[in-house]
Amino acid sequence: MQLSYSLTRLGIDHAVLSDDPAPGGMFRRWPVFQRMLSWTKPFAGVEHHERAYERYDWNSLLADDQVNRAVMPALMDGTSYFPSRPEMQKGLETFAQRTGIRVRFGCRWESTKEIPSPAVGGGQGGGRDFVLATSEGEYRAPVVVFAVGVAHPYRPPIPGLESVPHYGDFRPVETYKDRRVFIVGKQNSGFEIATGLLPWARQLVLASPSPAKLSVITHTLVGVRARYVQPYEDAALAGGVVILDTTIEEVIRDGAGYRVRTRNAAGRELTVPVDDVIAATGFVTPLRDLPALGVATFGQSRLPAQTPYWESATVPGIFFAGTITQGAAGLKKHGIPSNSGAVQGYRYNARVLARHLAETKFGVPAMRERIDAAALVPYLLEQVSHGPELWHQRGYLARVINLDRETGITNEGVLPLQSFLDSGRSDAVAVSLESNGQGNPYPVVYVRKEGSIAEHAMAPDPLLDFSGAEYREELRSLLEPVLSGAASPA
Amino acid sequence: MAVRDDVVNAIAAFSLFADLSGPQLEEVAHLFDESFFGQGERILRQGVSGSGFYIILEGTAGIRVDNVDRSTLKAGDYFGEISCLLGEVPVADIVAQTPLRCLVLPAAQLEGFLTAHPRIMYRLLQGEARKLKNTTKWLS
Repeated sequence: MQLSYSLTRLGIDHAVLSDDPAPGGMFRRWPVFQRMLSWTKPFAGVEHHERAYERYDWNSLLADDQVNRAVMPALMDGTSYFPSRPEMQKGLETFAQRTGIRVRFGCRWESTKEIPSPAVGGGQGGGRDFVLATSEGEYRAPVVVFAVGVAHPYRPPIPGLESVPHYGDFRPVETYKDRRVFIVGKQNSGFEIATGLLPWARQLVLASPSPAKLSVITHTLVGVRARYVQPYEDAALAGGVVILDTTIEEVIRDGAGYRVRTRNAAGRELTVPVDDVIAATGFVTPLRDLPALGVATFGQSRLPAQTPYWESATVPGIFFAGTITQGAAGLKKHGIPSNSGAVQGYRYNARVLARHLAETKFGVPAMRERIDAAALVPYLLEQVSHGPELWHQRGYLARVINLDRETGITNEGVLPLQSFLDSGRSDAVAVSLESNGQGNPYPVVYVRKEGSIAEHAMAPDPLLDFSGAEYREELRSLLEPVLSGAASPA
Repeated sequence: MAVRDDVVNAIAAFSLFADLSGPQLEEVAHLFDESFFGQGERILRQGVSGSGFYIILEGTAGIRVDNVDRSTLKAGDYFGEISCLLGEVPVADIVAQTPLRCLVLPAAQLEGFLTAHPRIMYRLLQGEARKLKNTTKWLS
């Protein structure tokens, strides 16, 4: 929906097909315990219709016009800054209705093929069209964007695990009353279930081969989120929860219950008798026949390998949107991934992708406004202090300014940082906000001069405000060598 | 990005992990993330911070210094360890010569990983000794 909105704003004709009956996607079913992990902070010191508010509202889709911005806070009942699942669904429905997004619902994508297309020229996908066979007939286009989520339940090949319920099959909590429950998997879905079962289950065992990561330790969305760490405290203080770092060797049916056979890295075997086993073992990407078409995938989630602009790394012309875009790793500096797996991150990817498609596939150039040299330093510091794209997609998206001698100082917009570093020769500067997993985020300035790129990390600020005199002076001195060569703006 | 099921079998054949048992291999595999790079894509950039320790699962990569290709890495080889161990920026680009599938560990986790797995540290040290020997031979 975000991509459709942005394409429409750019005047790019397109069709949106969905197997769902109405807007809402996966939020029509999940999360199991009915509340999101992403927040919308009602009081942030900026008006809800301002672009800067997006930094605090992780759940609304993005609109260019003020009237359609920040749909979510007005729909939430105020009892939590995490929207409930129905509130999130309502938010998507409201955005679609207000912005007039047209979707062909109830239309199931069934198969894909490539055919020659002499009418299509230019771009990597030139010369071919894609034909999608759907439940409503065939669709043909030179570019296809798949936003099908990472939503197909996955079970690792552990003997016996195929016969236990998956996270998505979780029963009403009261049916676990006074029972011993073994949860396979120690990521968010496992801890979400464990948190929900704390007042019901007699004993909870969570197990997987390696220790769980915690988001408050990694300083990223990697790891179990703070809302779900209560089972850890129970494990540490009361023993009602057991957390094991161990390989699951086999799940054996035993009367009405199970025995779960485990073996840890030290070789110690342990068999755990339980009443229920739940496979909280993640999801894979439902790509249907795309791998047969040549789309390479990787990782447990079978994500498609992608370029920085979310195009298949192996089949040009096939693009991705939504949570699948986490398959484009970007630089992953210090091991920190993008936030493309969550709404607050991938909504910006969709906006950048729409512009990229418009420019490279449909010949619609983006507006590039000129910037006065004197305004450049405060503008860039404002972007790293308050630009929501840079805050939500740290280390992945960057604000790029072209300092070309011929054309002058122009705002290239928000682009993938990797694309800036690996392509282009003209003098330019990019700023991003980055983290090293240990402390506050900090601005990083990349200056490209005569084809060589120099990286400058600025100091973090305890109040996260990078607009002060020290930052201005530092950035001014960094830009001086390239600004002195840039043409004066007209 | 959590790793695919076939990773344990793949790394079992690598000399770096030759001393590990099955459950140890599984534990190690889950400590890493998995990444994929398209042909021609840069994985590490000369002079740009924030690198990691990479082990090639499939494909080949080139070591490029000052835009000159120096040598090729293949499945079982690893790179990035020098910048991780020294806390410095990479001194070379690493570029995917073919579609490239890797395991990756962030630099900040390498010390803890190696000290927790001394046999892997020893194998890594052997690898570094081989690189030093080859470099010395090449220089002489």
